[in-house]
Amino acid sequence: MIWKLNKEKPICPQIYELICVDIASDKLKPDQKLPSVREIAIQAGINPNTVQKAFEKLEVSGLVYSIRGTGWFIADNKDSANEIVRNLIQEKTVQYFEALKGFGMTDGEIKKYIEEWQ
Amino acid sequence: MSEILNCQGITKKFGNVIALCNLNLSIESGKIVGLLGPNGSGKTTLIKLINGLLQPDMGTITVCGFKPGVESKALVSYLPDNNYLSDSMTVKQVVELFEDFYEDFRSELAYSMLEKLGIDIQRKLKTLSKGNKEKVSLILVMSRNALLYVLDEPIAGVDPATRDYIISTIINNYNPQSSVIISTHLISDIEEVLDDVIFIKQGSLILHKSAEEIREENGMSVDALFREAFKW
Repeated sequence: MIWKLNKEKPICPQIYELICVDIASDKLKPDQKLPSVREIAIQAGINPNTVQKAFEKLEVSGLVYSIRGTGWFIADNKDSANEIVRNLIQEKTVQYFEALKGFGMTDGEIKKYIEEWQ
Repeated sequence: MSEILNCQGITKKFGNVIALCNLNLSIESGKIVGLLGPNGSGKTTLIKLINGLLQPDMGTITVCGFKPGVESKALVSYLPDNNYLSDSMTVKQVVELFEDFYEDFRSELAYSMLEKLGIDIQRKLKTLSKGNKEKVSLILVMSRNALLYVLDEPIAGVDPATRDYIISTIINNYNPQSSVIISTHLISDIEEVLDDVIFIKQGSLILHKSAEEIREENGMSVDALFREAFKW
């Protein structure tokens, strides 16, 4: 898994979101075992406590469950993951529009641009 | 969770130069802490005090419950920022030295890391490249099963791939009972690994926060905040 992280924002939420995206896109399937906290920390080059917190937040959101002594697993809860991804898409869209408006485009011009893009 | 390091009112002078002034600091177990500050800010002085190489003029230091001394040194694994190992020794001889010296030294771990890096243990230290010498030093320090690891500039002077390896060795060795203090200028490379961040300026502690809080509250990386805090 490739971890593309932005240092200017808190890292824990980014790990949380990346795992949500993988659940929503079926890259991570129900009852699949997640890599260990340590493995992800090494892969992503981040502090294990950060990964642990992200896992705990995912558990609170009902997206993962843990089996003591074995590890963390994906829960059968794609709906929650989808909702989280929908919110992320919303955020990204707002950022995109704001960026293009910063270049002087109007809402109408942006929509036309998107339609013609493909 | 226990207290690994406690500094109360630490002052250290060298003649008229005040290297550290009334410094208070507490570090818990299970934390990777960045000790960040410009040259001459007092980082190495603090590190030497923790390791019992200097005595404070005022204040007290407690390391793993002990005043710096024989008991604390058995629990602290220190990587100084300059090479102190005898160049004419082979890598194997240095590993054996550490084995003799430190009860908590895990030689199988050291040998396996050295093998993974392709370092020939029969080679004398003086024949190794700077990067490889640094890797050997770090492997020795991380192969101890210590409560506190103190790394003084572990990644400066090596290539980016080696830096990544050093950082993953630190992560891989992490355990909730021990803590790591990393003193460095290369904040950008290391900040994602840090739990907490300490800024030292002219002998005083000006910040002690979690890295995530810094990102959250300031909307910038620790590196960016450092550049602002220490602007000339």
